[in-house]
Amino acid sequence: MDGNDLKKVAYYPGCALEGTGHAYNRSTKAVGKALGLDLVELKNWNCCGAMEVKNIDPKIQTYLSARNLSIAEDMGFDTVMAPCNGCYHNLKKAEYDLAHDAASVEVNARLSEKAGHQTYESGGVETIHALDWIKRAVGEDELAARVKNNLKGLKIANYYGCMYTRPRHIFPEKDKGPGSESTAKPHFMDDLLAAAGAENVDFPLKTACCGGAHSLSDSDTSTRLVLNILETAEACGAEVIATECPTCHTGLEMHQVRAEEVLGRKTNVKILYFTQLLGMALGLSQKKVGVQENLSDPRDLLRQKGLG
Amino acid sequence: MPIHEKSLIRPENLVEHEHLVIDGVDVSGHWSTFIEGRSITDYNEAMQDEIAALPGGENIHRCWQCGSCTNACTVNAVNPEFNPRYWIYLIRLGMEQELLRDKDIIWQCVSCNKCTYACPRDVVPEGVMKATAHWLELKGHTPKSPSTHFDEGFAGSVIKTGKIEETRVLLGFFRRTGQPANQPWLARLVTGLVRRMPLGYLTRLGWGVVFRPRTRNWGAARRALNEYVHEVEAQNRAALGLDGQGRQ
Repeated sequence: MDGNDLKKVAYYPGCALEGTGHAYNRSTKAVGKALGLDLVELKNWNCCGAMEVKNIDPKIQTYLSARNLSIAEDMGFDTVMAPCNGCYHNLKKAEYDLAHDAASVEVNARLSEKAGHQTYESGGVETIHALDWIKRAVGEDELAARVKNNLKGLKIANYYGCMYTRPRHIFPEKDKGPGSESTAKPHFMDDLLAAAGAENVDFPLKTACCGGAHSLSDSDTSTRLVLNILETAEACGAEVIATECPTCHTGLEMHQVRAEEVLGRKTNVKILYFTQLLGMALGLSQKKVGVQENLSDPRDLLRQKGLG
Repeated sequence: MPIHEKSLIRPENLVEHEHLVIDGVDVSGHWSTFIEGRSITDYNEAMQDEIAALPGGENIHRCWQCGSCTNACTVNAVNPEFNPRYWIYLIRLGMEQELLRDKDIIWQCVSCNKCTYACPRDVVPEGVMKATAHWLELKGHTPKSPSTHFDEGFAGSVIKTGKIEETRVLLGFFRRTGQPANQPWLARLVTGLVRRMPLGYLTRLGWGVVFRPRTRNWGAARRALNEYVHEVEAQNRAALGLDGQGRQ
């Protein structure tokens, strides 16, 4: 698929982007607009099941994602873009299971028929992440040419989390050599932010886990995992952690506060969605990309750097 | 980093006599230290099959004990007692009493899938952890974990309306687990939000709580999903030899 096909894609924001991840939704749309890309939201989508529904039964999650994919197909799209790692992961997982597991195919067909909509069959729609979308539809060169407000001097640790690369088998397009994304050392976000002028620090915890699945049900473990990520980013010299998942982002911000309250360990690193950073590089204001909604409050730092 | 797995010698099995003379030789103190023998007679031969019958546990028989899962494990790094390799070993041998020593931490798997990524045998240890936690609850060895309460509240909302609303899920979770919602760090989070958020954003959040977001025409999907959930629950109980009330 060439970049032109991605100028207009189906958009699956998911539940988090309508709630705590609102700034991600807002900045993703704003960046798309600034880059001349069209997003058409899936009509009447449903929740993908996040990391919870699979623990009741994995096939329910397959069905939930398959329903969304069938909507994309109905709307005439062959690509759906999901900026949330959880949604992205689940759509990919459904695609894999429907291609490889007869029992999943049977349950999906049964539930779809009872629910009264078309049964999604694997191979109909390709799911991509917001990172793939910008990287493939625009690319680093064109992005660099459109930058109005260079991110020069901003030291960034890129944090990808778990669901973007694991487990490997549901991402057949990754680890395919030069140009493809790596599951061990992902770099798409690094590439895009570098094109916008940022200085990426060498960060060893790109795919570490923030404990997002147990953010509330096992807060102490999550706080320890998050604190490790925050302190390591600071030790690597980062002023900002760039995120590409609303669960990771909220987890980092929430447990940054909790680590200070409960463990007395304060960190100052600021947490921003990569789309917020790209948006400001493209000349959008802080408000336009929703920086006022970030709990870690990066406004002063950004002003110092002459951004937004 | 090597794995520092737990010692096979347990403190309660170490015997030491403060004053002991054997055949005229004084072996008091650590000279008399010995490890009490252990014999295991209560193997549960059905355990592996039962866990394999629950969602996620299907591939447990493939494990060849390389330890890649424990080595990669996120939770093991914060708690060395959290040891997926060891639990898989115990389940495959049917050593139920040994497994039960760790019953209160198995649910803490954070589903990061590092184990699944590292596993050379496609065991899907993450799934095995979930199946094992589920097994412990169904068998009545543990109460429902906070994670299960969260999953059930979350899934309940999705099945009911097609979507979730975060504040509602959060408050529902606190209610189910009997925790106060006014914890200091949460309070600081909320006041931080209220102080800085534009009015429009707060209004929208509040709107979401009162008029919960929902997928239109979801009724038929809801009925189909509820029916399916009941079917799966019955299957799981039957696989464990439990009746409808969860009794054996």
